[in-house]
Amino acid sequence: MRLRIVLGGSEHGGIELRPRRVGALPARHLVRPALGLLGSGTLHVAARHSASVPDALAVRNLAKRYGSVQALKGVDLEVAEGELVGLLGPNGAGKSTLVKVAVGLVRPSSGNAEVGGFRAGSRAARSHLGYLAELFRFPGWYTADELLELHQRLAGSHGGAAERKRLLELVALSDAAGRRVDGMSKGMQQRLGIAQALVGDPRLLMLDEPTSALDPVGRRTVRLLLEELRGRGVSVLLNSHLLSEVELVCDRVTILLGGEVVAAGTPHELSRPRGVELETDAGTTRIEGATREDAPRLVSEAVAAGRKVYGVNVLTSTLEDVYLEAVGGETS
Amino acid sequence: MTAVWTIVGYGFREAVRRKMFAVVVVLTIAFLLLFWLANHYVFRDLSTITPPSDVHVDTRTFAGAFLTGLSMFATLFLGVVLAVFLTLGVVSGDAERGLLQPLVARPIGRSTLLVARFLGAGGVCVAYVLIVYFVGVLITGLTGHWYPDQIVWPGIELAGAVLVVIALSLLGSVVLSSTANGIAIFMLFGAGLVAGLLGSIGHALNSHTIKHASTIASWALPFEALYQDGLRMITEHASGLTGFLLQLGPFGGAYVHGWGIRTWAVAYVLMVGAVALFSFSRKNL
Repeated sequence: MRLRIVLGGSEHGGIELRPRRVGALPARHLVRPALGLLGSGTLHVAARHSASVPDALAVRNLAKRYGSVQALKGVDLEVAEGELVGLLGPNGAGKSTLVKVAVGLVRPSSGNAEVGGFRAGSRAARSHLGYLAELFRFPGWYTADELLELHQRLAGSHGGAAERKRLLELVALSDAAGRRVDGMSKGMQQRLGIAQALVGDPRLLMLDEPTSALDPVGRRTVRLLLEELRGRGVSVLLNSHLLSEVELVCDRVTILLGGEVVAAGTPHELSRPRGVELETDAGTTRIEGATREDAPRLVSEAVAAGRKVYGVNVLTSTLEDVYLEAVGGETS
Repeated sequence: MTAVWTIVGYGFREAVRRKMFAVVVVLTIAFLLLFWLANHYVFRDLSTITPPSDVHVDTRTFAGAFLTGLSMFATLFLGVVLAVFLTLGVVSGDAERGLLQPLVARPIGRSTLLVARFLGAGGVCVAYVLIVYFVGVLITGLTGHWYPDQIVWPGIELAGAVLVVIALSLLGSVVLSSTANGIAIFMLFGAGLVAGLLGSIGHALNSHTIKHASTIASWALPFEALYQDGLRMITEHASGLTGFLLQLGPFGGAYVHGWGIRTWAVAYVLMVGAVALFSFSRKNL
């Protein structure tokens, strides 16, 4: 049975919830974000495009089996135009497989994936996307500029030297344009990888752990870059283990576990109330179950009771809390 | 076509920048120097060799053909080494190292990528084989004043033999890891050479079974047949006892030869290529 609740007007304008399967792991039952989750479900919030414009990425009931291992079990996911979606999950959850199917590196066992309305893996689909693999390497004998030129030719980009210069500036590698890849640090190579993914102004950017080798400054550079790309209307699917990073930049988050979507929504939607803390002259009191809306009443009651109120703190779960609840502490 | 030539150029740059290529070049120069020395001493001492009066052997032809055959074997061997090391990891190896995914994600098509890698490796190896072959022929010609009956065709067939190996190695790179592919191709190469020698022995002994096995091997591994056909053509007009002795090998004539095997070799490359393309199109990276 498939329960479908649409909040809002049109299908693209509302929120769709599907009942999750009863999972084997009790921890999964704990996941109750404010709005929707679950199973192989889709949660699609406030699409920014008209119904005639296909999603940058649309994945429907996608399954992938490697021999006896079921990597994906009917995943649905959509990335609208200009949307930045974070993909989270423990190792082995199926995140990279999902990205690889979308890029055309892996053939799905069933279901389908489309990029800009074209079948994932087709030339038309690949001409719409930029991709940075989790484990990648560039030929060491190329300079940064030569590597981008190679990818310009392969992508059919006519941006020329101006595009290469702009991309290297974007990832703070302007001074390394003539440096060979084998003379670069891992972090520099990672930033060059992001520049490579941006060659040809892709409509959809698929980044698989783009900040794994970066220092805090490099991560901030990438974060700012992602925000800038979103501002330009580029859609991004960000596969990352860095929850704080995802929470900061992503419009929506999808959490995978065992090849299934176990939670999806905006970071705000996924977070749930965890009470209100009142700081008074009698000390700090935590009122469990209270929400932001309860805060004024709680303050009034405390004042009426003769207490001096120094502060109110509305507590909500962080993305990390949501993630840990969703995956039940699983890792591999 | 831009994408094809871009990947060809990518493969070419990869080929000439690898240390292995430098090793092959150094070994080739060493081989050619030794080959020149061998030619120098063999032809200098040739006049001192006097066969019995009732044995009518053209010693110059025998020595020239033997040395040219040796040179062709070395050229084929070095060409195959180069071909295998340029192609053994083109798919699985590069995918494991993360070099392939950024290329495949581009809108160029996997078939374009594989065909371009074939053309890139083929271009390097064919140029290499032809240069070494013709330098070898020139050394023998200048030092011994002996030239093969056919000069151009044996070189083309050697180059064709290396193209067959490249096609097999590319197919292997799709379905096997780099190490397994390298081992498999060298074992196939060795099997082909053994089959060729067995063919010579089989014909000398007039053993139907050995001849039959050798013929099957020649069709199954046409690079060996092309090499043997090249050897046959360098002494195409040799006759009498000289021709008979050369036929005995190891650098003697082919028993599967002509346009049949050449056409089959082209079809073989196309079929192996088609299987490689099909396998690559379905491969998860």
